[in-house]
Amino acid sequence: MEKLKFKGRYDRNFNTLSIKEQKKLVSSKVVVIGLGGLGGGVSEILARAGVGHLTLIDGDSFEPSNLNRQLLSQENLMGVSKARAAKQRVNAINSEVNVDCFIEYLDATNMYDRIKHGDLVVDCLDTIDARFILQNAANRASIPVVSGAIAGMTGQVTSIFPGDMGYKLIYGEEAEKQSKGVETITGNLGCCALFVAALQSVEVLKILLKRKDILRNKLLIAELWTNTFEIVDLI
Amino acid sequence: MIKIDLNLFVTLSKYLPKDSDCFELSENTSVEKLILDLGIEQGIVKLIFVNGKKQDNRYILKNGDRLGLFPPVGGG
Repeated sequence: MEKLKFKGRYDRNFNTLSIKEQKKLVSSKVVVIGLGGLGGGVSEILARAGVGHLTLIDGDSFEPSNLNRQLLSQENLMGVSKARAAKQRVNAINSEVNVDCFIEYLDATNMYDRIKHGDLVVDCLDTIDARFILQNAANRASIPVVSGAIAGMTGQVTSIFPGDMGYKLIYGEEAEKQSKGVETITGNLGCCALFVAALQSVEVLKILLKRKDILRNKLLIAELWTNTFEIVDLI
Repeated sequence: MIKIDLNLFVTLSKYLPKDSDCFELSENTSVEKLILDLGIEQGIVKLIFVNGKKQDNRYILKNGDRLGLFPPVGGG
């Protein structure tokens, strides 16, 4: 950190973060799965905050319907891999960050291998069944999951640690085979996606820096039209 | 009769009755019964919370409770 290419890069992080905490972030490895509305915001915020190693994964490519909310999408990137665009964006923001990108969809056969070297994984996926696969893989890898999900103007955030019931408490016992939620009806807006991405990023910082008030076994629900914010005790 | 503060999220909001913040219902009404009475489609409520704590659908509502019903939200 003492040999930064852009001296002063992290000056405005202080004293909200301490020097010791900044060094901890620089030495941390975070995996972001899904690089749409949530993952694009999360990778941008974590790169600027100074998380030193990001693994960015998505098998999808940009299409016009992404432009309303996904920070990484641009008119000239239609058909381009989201993971490739995310790596370029992070490199352009902060070349001190080491970035691995994988252009692939993850399932039960490859999820564990992709996340096992991370300190933490951020769930920015867009299907419920894949979220359960991620939770199982993170449990096996003994790393926490920071989860966000959105539908319309409503978002939710929670953190799931190894051994926690996690998604079963939110989606129910039978939800592992359910693919989509009500977002198929509501669509998703940029303000909600970026709001939830910001909350997920705060959770990442709190967990990496061993701060308090982590949303473990709690679900933060935000309904932005009505300024309704709830923190639900899940157990 | 008792009164509760009823909050229905996302697509459930179309079932929201008038005066939902002081919604009147009979004593000893379970959440399951209320969901039926409101005509909410079966299986769409995934998370029930009362006064900020998760409950199951057998919970018997009490005067002054703040009830939230939440559907599956999975978008990214």
